[in-house]
Amino acid sequence: MTRSATTTWRRVEVVLAPVLLGLLALAAWEAAVVVLELRPFVVPSPSAIGAELTGNVGIIATAALSTALNAWWGLVIGVVGALVAAAVSAAVRTLDEMSAPLAAAAAVVPIVALAPVLYTMFGANVQTARVAIAAIVSFVPVYVNTLRGLRTVAPVHRDLLRAYAATRRQATLTVTLPGALPFFFSGLRVATSLAVISALVAEYFGGPVDGLGKAITSAVSSSNYPLAWAYVVGAVVVGLLFFCGSSGLERAVLHRRSGR
Amino acid sequence: MRRQVLLGVAGVVALGLAWEGYKLLAPDDGVVVGELTVLPRTTDLAMPHLWDMAARALEPVNSATDALPLWVAVLVAAAFTLGVAAVGWVVGVVVGLATATVMQRFRTAESALLPWVVLSQTVPLIALAPLVRRWGSQLEIGAFDWQDWMSVAVIAAYLAFFPVSIGALRGLSSPDAVHLDLMRSYGVGWWRTYRSLRLPATVPHLIPALRLAAANAVIGTVVAEVSIGLRGGIGRMIVEFGASASADPAKQWSPIFGAVLVGLVAAGVCVLIARALARYRVSEVS
Amino acid sequence: MNTPAPTRPTAPSAGPADAPAATGTEAHAAPAVEVRGVTRRFSSRSGEVVALSDVDLTVRAGEFVSLIGPSGCGKSTLLRLIADLDEPTAGELAVFGRPPRVARQNHDFGIAFQQAGLLPWRSVRTNVELPLELHGAGRAARRARATELLEMVGLADFAQHLPHQLSGGMQQRVAIARALAERPSLLLMDEPFGALDEMTREHVQTELLRLRAETGAAVVFVTHSIPEAVYLSDRVVVMSARPGQVREVVPVGLGAARDRSDDVREDDAFFDRVRAVREALHGTDGTTPRGVDRR
Repeated sequence: MTRSATTTWRRVEVVLAPVLLGLLALAAWEAAVVVLELRPFVVPSPSAIGAELTGNVGIIATAALSTALNAWWGLVIGVVGALVAAAVSAAVRTLDEMSAPLAAAAAVVPIVALAPVLYTMFGANVQTARVAIAAIVSFVPVYVNTLRGLRTVAPVHRDLLRAYAATRRQATLTVTLPGALPFFFSGLRVATSLAVISALVAEYFGGPVDGLGKAITSAVSSSNYPLAWAYVVGAVVVGLLFFCGSSGLERAVLHRRSGR
Repeated sequence: MRRQVLLGVAGVVALGLAWEGYKLLAPDDGVVVGELTVLPRTTDLAMPHLWDMAARALEPVNSATDALPLWVAVLVAAAFTLGVAAVGWVVGVVVGLATATVMQRFRTAESALLPWVVLSQTVPLIALAPLVRRWGSQLEIGAFDWQDWMSVAVIAAYLAFFPVSIGALRGLSSPDAVHLDLMRSYGVGWWRTYRSLRLPATVPHLIPALRLAAANAVIGTVVAEVSIGLRGGIGRMIVEFGASASADPAKQWSPIFGAVLVGLVAAGVCVLIARALARYRVSEVS
Repeated sequence: MNTPAPTRPTAPSAGPADAPAATGTEAHAAPAVEVRGVTRRFSSRSGEVVALSDVDLTVRAGEFVSLIGPSGCGKSTLLRLIADLDEPTAGELAVFGRPPRVARQNHDFGIAFQQAGLLPWRSVRTNVELPLELHGAGRAARRARATELLEMVGLADFAQHLPHQLSGGMQQRVAIARALAERPSLLLMDEPFGALDEMTREHVQTELLRLRAETGAAVVFVTHSIPEAVYLSDRVVVMSARPGQVREVVPVGLGAARDRSDDVREDDAFFDRVRAVREALHGTDGTTPRGVDRR
């Protein structure tokens, strides 16, 4: 094979291979369910899930919207709070050092465990507790990453701005903030997926009856496993939309800035 | 170093003071805008005093005569959860490493698998947790009885798997061309190259992945305990005590601190692993 | 920090005609740099390190002076003191007769480091505009000046590129253009060509000579390389380490910068001066200084 033919093939492979694998996996899954006569509580067949999905698009979308809204508001509150906190901590070293162990702990601790107490604190019949969970969870990575970004200024850039007698404000605007942007976005990427996950998981711990998590558990308790899986597909879609949103924003901002 | 510790303690104390301060100053019903409670209620029911939480932890779990003190019961549950999470973590790490190895060895496998692995990290797979609920009671594979805790461990392993496979793949592909050329010039095969070059080179990438996997495994275990209804662990305890919170509001805080403890211990173990592998960690990539 | 009014530093009318020869002729103007009895000590965990000990140095306006010496001889520290990026433990410095802090706030000097230090998210053009922007020059003026400078360093076609799209040598030329943006009458350069390969290095050296002839600025140039120091300078200041001191000042006198071309590198006078600097470096104590390469 010539070199260009090899690269062409490689390009085809990059697209084709995952698609083929996905189709193969689906087919194998379907075949396994049929041949081994697996009962739906083990795993339902993809075709059964597909049927439930198309038959219940409306209610799945409603449940997904409820969860997505909680995740969205949680994300917004968490990110704004994290940015403010990171700015303050970047300016006041003591606060930074005081918050460091708390932030490190918050990153490894199952924050969703707070869900039951938040339901008592905010009321169990409203969504506030779920928003609060999503906010706390998305606060952590954005705060940690942004703060690191604000603290990471290349020594040569610091010297340069000092040599040019730049004011503190100028230094912040020309070097510190643009330099922190990529850090912020990598925090945001983590926060986005965590916000969706925790908004959904908070529903497993109680609260009002709308939302994907509640829908999944109630479908499971009425033994309608294909429907439960269809709700999971809905959750996957919400997760993907959030991911596309944040990485699209990242790309737009970082690209525009470099395109000046 | 000492300053760091002191300030860290100060941070924790400040958090406690904020809790009590807010409880003292804010109205009982929290701050309500329109119909919406935007800041939490401060009643003893919603926000018990810290000292009440501590006092409750020292009392027995319930009124039974042989009841353990609450904090002991919480520690037992925490140990149980930690054990299940550890099983899940180990399985996830092994499978993740194996997947990464396959992806590194065969380029087609990489292009077929990697997009799925990356994709599945962005979606809430934890939603699957309730779906394995009935495996425990009804699944039998030959003579092997599927246990409920195994379902929980599967979820934990599943969540631990993804960061490990991606981190390990990045690490396995990280050796410089010059090192690979060196190995080739020695005429050693793939396996020796893998053992003496690629695996050690993986460590800096693997350490943060292991940490993330541990956090994921703990979260997965706690959540799966709740949604599968597995007794004995901290997740179930949180929900149980939460249900009786109106009668005993301080009680549910003990298992919450237990969950925090589980997370911290898991992270601590990862720090120890990182220490043990320090030789291979010239520079850590996070 | 206050921002001084964006006045242009009083460059010697950017007069290329009187680019100074080896020996100074400008007795009246304040020297570009004056260093008197400067000592700089750093305290570290393992005790005190004397980076500079009682250093005296004068750089006349328009003069090109190189600082050379083994690693740890304090040549970079000296440059940082002149630029007011650091403060001396003892002694005094003056830049055009003023304290370095005042000179810095008046934008009296341009500076370039071993790393180009370009802001990775800014285009080549906006990187060159940075000092003008910081000091409040108007958009049109910035643009015009950046265009002029990029032409001067031969990168006009790359104005819209991002730094990472450029080779190391090109990045360094952008950094030099940036240092020249405000027509400073003093350029401070800390091993700016240290990371470049030999070919690129000779090229940018010749370019620097030309630029310097055009602008008439004084230059303080830190380097590891003996031929580089000799080729570029009017005088070479040879320093010794532990503690950092001026060991010897070697006059070069290879003619006016504008007349110097690549041919000089093969001149006997050139080799003679290289030998003189090398002997000064190796000193009378017979120890071979480390970290000095002979490029």
